[in-house]
Amino acid sequence: MAGKPKLHYFNGRGRMESIRWLLAAAGVEFEEKFIETPEDWDKLRSDGHLMFQQVPMVEMDGMKMVQTRAILNYIATKYNLYGKDIKEKALIDMYTEGIADLNEMIIVLPLCPPDQKEAKIALIKERTTDRYLPVFEKVLKSHGQDYLVGNRLSKADIHLVELLYYVEEIDPSLLANFPLLKALKTRVSNLPTVKKFLQPGSQRKPPINEKSLEQAKKIFR
Amino acid sequence: MATKPKLFYFCGRGRMESIRWLLAAAGVEFEEEFIETTEQYEKLLKDGRLLFGQVPMVEIDGMVLTQTRAILSYLAAKYDLYGKDLKETVRINMYTDGTLDLMLMIAVAAFKPPAEKEESLALVVKRAKTRYFPVFEKILKDHGEDFLVGNKFSWADIQLLEAILMVEELDASVLSEFPLLKAFKTRISNIPTIKKFLQPGSQRKPPPDSHYVEVVRSVLHF
Repeated sequence: MAGKPKLHYFNGRGRMESIRWLLAAAGVEFEEKFIETPEDWDKLRSDGHLMFQQVPMVEMDGMKMVQTRAILNYIATKYNLYGKDIKEKALIDMYTEGIADLNEMIIVLPLCPPDQKEAKIALIKERTTDRYLPVFEKVLKSHGQDYLVGNRLSKADIHLVELLYYVEEIDPSLLANFPLLKALKTRVSNLPTVKKFLQPGSQRKPPINEKSLEQAKKIFR
Repeated sequence: MATKPKLFYFCGRGRMESIRWLLAAAGVEFEEEFIETTEQYEKLLKDGRLLFGQVPMVEIDGMVLTQTRAILSYLAAKYDLYGKDLKETVRINMYTDGTLDLMLMIAVAAFKPPAEKEESLALVVKRAKTRYFPVFEKILKDHGEDFLVGNKFSWADIQLLEAILMVEELDASVLSEFPLLKAFKTRISNIPTIKKFLQPGSQRKPPPDSHYVEVVRSVLHF
């Protein structure tokens, strides 16, 4: 029997969180090896396990995969969350990339110098309500289906719902004018695998705090 | 008869160049509409053709696609340049994500002030020499095959060649420690479709100059 996937990252969201969400939503149990000290980080690199000296890295099916998108696409294909043909896949990819762009702004926010933070948050809020959420609300409205693509759950829905949770953490009122997105969030959150992942005690990670950020900076120097 | 794909972007490399390379290498003829004014851009926005308000945008097979990677993946799959199974596909994705990261550093550097730009480009060369090219040299060495994945020409080979040529423009000696990459460069450059694309007069774009930067800044208001 194949071993469980093993995720190598630090103990926080960062770029690994969307991979955790996707595996969890697909009902795949996984293990995690946290990088906790500079020595852990040095060893991982010197052992030659990181193709481009970067994490995330996921050991799965005999491979050591790196590059967030490559990993997500592998998982989505394997667990049938990538549409039924290349045209549906293109839509899923297009939506996913937009979601990833906004998510990127949120991921790097903790690294922003304090004097620029307010402006960055304002930009995130603007992009959320003006550029990204209207697109997905419109997609759902245009076909009236439960999921973004092909009337079936795909990685696009999972990434979007993950993002909606982060948007809500920044400011719940940002979701006010997007009823269909709120409904999608509820619907996907109620899927048994996702519901389980949303419970306390799951492998879902909390927002980074000052202490973890300082620790991460020490590890990655 | 199918219409040709149509590319909407500025007249320069930016994020569209990898798409041009992939289409050209696959032997697919394509048209281009160059964005030169704010009015043109605003029309595209108003007509709802830019999903997130951004280019690149490619009209192909009845779809209006944006997001560079979504477009590249679609083309790779359509033209059979994406490996024979999932394990080959994931390797191609890992390699192309890496080379695309490197090339985007170059694209973004064009818009920085001179001192920062020089620093960024120096970092690109350093990354190429220490992080990216050693990996690909080793891959070629380990399997001894002509192509990066599955002993067959794929998107990964096209993008690696594109990255090599781009970094060579910054430092002509960058391949001096990588004999297999030098051989790879020659071999892939001689593939007929690619050879044609490397000729003067093709749709390949030159490195960004101050005019290009000016046009992009004025259209996108930054």
